[in-house]
Amino acid sequence: MGKFISRAKRTLMLPAFALVIFLSGCADLVVLDPQGPVAESQAELITFSIIMMLGIVAVVFVLFTYMLVKFRYRPEKEGNDNYDPTHHGNNKLEVIWTVIPLIIVTVLSIPTVTTIFELENPPEVSADTEPLVVHATTANYKWFFSYPEENIETVNYLHIPTDRAIEFKLSSADSMTALWIPALGGQKYNMAGMENTLYLQADNEGEYAGRNANYNGSGFAGHTFEVIAQNEDDYNAWVTEVQESAPELTEEAYVEMLTPGLAANSEYSSTHLDYVDHGTNEGREYIVDQHGGELGEKLHLQGGREIWDE
Amino acid sequence: MEAFLDFFFGEFLVTGQPLIYGAMVSIALGSITVIAVLTYFKAWGWLWREYITSVDHKKIGIMYIIAAIVMFVRGGIDAMMMRIQTSLPGMTFLDSQHYNEIFTTHGTIMIIFMAMPFLIGLMNFAVPLQIGARDVAFPFFNNLSFWSFAFGLALFNISFIIGGSPDAGWTNYAPMAGAELNPGPAINYYLLGLQLSGIGTLGTGINFIVTILKMRAPGITMMRLPIFTWSTLITALIIVFAFPILTVALALMTLDRIFGAKLFTLAGEGMPMMWANLFWLWGHPEVYIVILPAFGIFSEVISTFARKQLFGYKAMVYAMVIIALLSFLVWVHHFFTMGAGGGVNSFFSITTMLIAVPTGVKIFNWLGTMYRGRITFETPMLWALAFIPNFVIGGVTGVMLAMAAADYQYHNTYFLVAHFHYVLIAGTVFGCFSGLIFWYPKMFGHKLNEKLGKIFFWLFMIGFNVCFLPMYFLGFAGMPRRTYTIEPEWMPLSLTATAGAFMMAAGFAVFVYSIYYSFRYAERETQGDSWGVGRTLDWATATPIPFYNFATLPEFDSKDAYVGMKDKGETTYDKSKVEEIHMPSNSGLPFFMMLALFIASFGLVWEWFWMAIPGLIMFFIVMGIRSFDYNEGFHVSTKEIHEIEQAARGEDSK
Amino acid sequence: MSAHTEATTGPMEYRTQEGRMNILGFWIFLGAEIALFATIFATYAVMIGRTADAPPPQELFSLPITLLMTFLLLTSSFTCGIAINEMRRGSKNGLLLWMGMTLVLGLGFLGLEIYEFEHLVHEGASISSAAYWSAFFTLTGTHGLHVTVGLGWGILLLIQLYQRGITPRTASKFFIFGLYWHFLDVVWIFVYTVVYLLGMVG
Repeated sequence: MGKFISRAKRTLMLPAFALVIFLSGCADLVVLDPQGPVAESQAELITFSIIMMLGIVAVVFVLFTYMLVKFRYRPEKEGNDNYDPTHHGNNKLEVIWTVIPLIIVTVLSIPTVTTIFELENPPEVSADTEPLVVHATTANYKWFFSYPEENIETVNYLHIPTDRAIEFKLSSADSMTALWIPALGGQKYNMAGMENTLYLQADNEGEYAGRNANYNGSGFAGHTFEVIAQNEDDYNAWVTEVQESAPELTEEAYVEMLTPGLAANSEYSSTHLDYVDHGTNEGREYIVDQHGGELGEKLHLQGGREIWDE
Repeated sequence: MEAFLDFFFGEFLVTGQPLIYGAMVSIALGSITVIAVLTYFKAWGWLWREYITSVDHKKIGIMYIIAAIVMFVRGGIDAMMMRIQTSLPGMTFLDSQHYNEIFTTHGTIMIIFMAMPFLIGLMNFAVPLQIGARDVAFPFFNNLSFWSFAFGLALFNISFIIGGSPDAGWTNYAPMAGAELNPGPAINYYLLGLQLSGIGTLGTGINFIVTILKMRAPGITMMRLPIFTWSTLITALIIVFAFPILTVALALMTLDRIFGAKLFTLAGEGMPMMWANLFWLWGHPEVYIVILPAFGIFSEVISTFARKQLFGYKAMVYAMVIIALLSFLVWVHHFFTMGAGGGVNSFFSITTMLIAVPTGVKIFNWLGTMYRGRITFETPMLWALAFIPNFVIGGVTGVMLAMAAADYQYHNTYFLVAHFHYVLIAGTVFGCFSGLIFWYPKMFGHKLNEKLGKIFFWLFMIGFNVCFLPMYFLGFAGMPRRTYTIEPEWMPLSLTATAGAFMMAAGFAVFVYSIYYSFRYAERETQGDSWGVGRTLDWATATPIPFYNFATLPEFDSKDAYVGMKDKGETTYDKSKVEEIHMPSNSGLPFFMMLALFIASFGLVWEWFWMAIPGLIMFFIVMGIRSFDYNEGFHVSTKEIHEIEQAARGEDSK
Repeated sequence: MSAHTEATTGPMEYRTQEGRMNILGFWIFLGAEIALFATIFATYAVMIGRTADAPPPQELFSLPITLLMTFLLLTSSFTCGIAINEMRRGSKNGLLLWMGMTLVLGLGFLGLEIYEFEHLVHEGASISSAAYWSAFFTLTGTHGLHVTVGLGWGILLLIQLYQRGITPRTASKFFIFGLYWHFLDVVWIFVYTVVYLLGMVG
């Protein structure tokens, strides 16, 4: 039995041990390293909940270990081992361990609810500037970012200014997808025939990974994009450059890109919103009207990113 | 002819993947072996009479469990393939489409064809025994339920060699799974396979409610029911109200795909999110369908091997009732990111977190059961004990996921994957293992080898943590679920997870070996109370259990019925009280009824109405035959009962 | 487990343990049916207004036909009640007559429903026209399918009654059939109100 206890201890040590290794070894935990106010309020909520939960885990593990050590059967101690086969309850204790979880749930609910409502609006820190509106549309493993005011569109990457809220208008031409830039904040779904709004903001310049987080078929792993956060001047220079040098996005070219497949980054000096907005009821059937029977094609991607890029 | 061959090799059989050819060959070899063995031992008649047509709840339970273990292997192989593919960046073991098919079948099989039948098998075996009944309320329908499940399982599983596996995830979201974006038979297999097996699940639910309400032995009042029986009753109630929702959802998508309806489509103003709502309106209660019976098993096992009454019996029952009610009020937490607005998300955040309260009460009550006990560490107890800390990790991360604002970051990531494996493996799978090993001697007349059982336990349990703990961190590192290839920065954690998966597989292999080893070498059981510390009526029967379960029963006046019997020196064989016993007859009709539905469903999968319609007609004909079947069962004479009971108790029958 | 301990008083369908369990089991099954229809109603409610290019229901629904359908089904529920009453009195012929009448009325309902469906399809509203119409045909069709199954079942029971007379077994079967039939009637009242009356208001 002693062997069991030492094994049990080792088992209980395992999670703690593993935690230390992972945190030191591969600490690239992007969700806990926020680069903007939205991700920051989420990271705060997450950290708060982790601390609370570790507390609960600690209490249960201590009690559990105590019960195992104290009440394991030792034949030699029979008679004075406090054994009571008819012991079956204690109202006071049961009330306590009902009320305490209720209190914990209440304590967790308050910041949860306030954060939920807070995230429905642009971050307060940039309340004095108008958010930049970007339509983010997905279609068969590609991302289309349309800037209606600037009248430009990019495929599979986007530039954003720092310290200004971005108002993403999310929609999809086909399957349900989700826009997720973990460094800047949590996701929301893109759906056909309706429009979701997601506010994100970058405080620091840099390149961030973005992706579709909601499984949508055979090209899902390649359904990613890059976010380039720049200061306002650099951003404006980029916009001007695209406006002046990029070609227009013709409807034929756009329709062609709607079929299943990955695509290289590209940019245009007009947006597809001119002919279709998949986020409206009128736009929801567009892809079916255009491509009918060709949408069932399956991609057979092999290996990793470096291979698809070729 | 040429057109036919084109179709046969082009669309009907899945071709072009070496792994699939390998699977085809092994399936062919496996089938030939089984057929050869059965023929050699002239076992076909035996199989038909003793199992396929059996209405005996014990045999039906065993059939469920065997099917579940086979599916555990299939789902486990899927899992291993996924872990290999995601162990290193740039792996080319599977392509994206193949990977998608594999995680889809892994999820569907593990929930629908492994976890549920495993638990239903244990319920079938143990519940009638625990309440002192001779069988379930509707033995014929019990057999029908089994065959509905078995044919549903067959339909779902043949997809990977005939026509192609479904590839839209076990959640099968529209419009991705609709005919516009995903034509062909693959998704139809999902829809009809689940539909077919769902009939059986609903049947089981109704059967167990009536059994538990109406067939309890005298003196076993509701508040004296063994806790596993309580968990079964509550599970059955959830099934009755949740499964019709799945039935409707599947039927609606079938209408979309096969009959051109526009419910979840892009065209015709369909509403794809309605699928997500219906799916999770069933899907969340489904989670509790597979966890509550496991809770019941843990309660039985912990109280048995702590040699004590269960702590807080009433609280345990009420906690399960509250969990069952709340399970219907939390479905939106599966898609907080749908943009339903702050009010909706806040409401569902709070209802979800509230589930932690009754669950917490249960955890503390299990700890309370251990308090002042005499705990020994037989293998069923090891699984039950390991459940507590591991499940708590899964539970607290569930609370974290329930916080909608934070969930925007966890949603559809490996954090979620880690969470639900922590609750489903540490809860359901540990529970299945615990229960199977616990009742194994009553099922097969010998225990599983304890030493091999302990090796199995430690390998599997440690491997489980090595596999899934890193996944929480992969979630924080931004890794989405269902991606077939990994980014280089996720490699250390992902590789660790794969190593853990191999440990689990090794552990399971030891378990399979222990079945063989114990069959050959284990000591045969000579008395009914296999572990010597049984508390409920299942342990009061002789081993092997007579087919009618109990010759006689005393009047009970407390919980833990068998403890009371032992105190008073009573048995299930009181010579003076033996009377004739009425038992139901076996029937082959359920098998044919479900075979007919299988044919009809297979026809529908391929949209072959020439096949589907005759199949349906055949089904209704067999139903009609059943309606005219006035078989009243048979009577077991007192003489035969005396003989059986005395033989089982090693007494001379003179 | 004690099917042979038969009571000698009380309604015949409740006299055996098996009879009692069958009836309880069927009540629970009806609970599941309520969940089933509730889900279809919910889907229907969500799809209201989503008619795309197809004609809206206000233009197509015909009050006289659906009113007649309602009348037939409500009457059949009434005759079904009388039939069970005749069964309790032990009158085999009464049961045959009234149950036969129930089935004829049910058949009339079904005939009208098929006629109505045909009319709708003719006007350009089929299951594949738009989300609303898919939901409409699913809801009314599921109810219609239940009535059809009920008709087949009822005929089989009448044959058994003719062969065996009123016994605890047949009585239990008829009683359960009665539950089913009344249930379909209740569902139809909801269908009529939610689909037709509200649909015509618009």
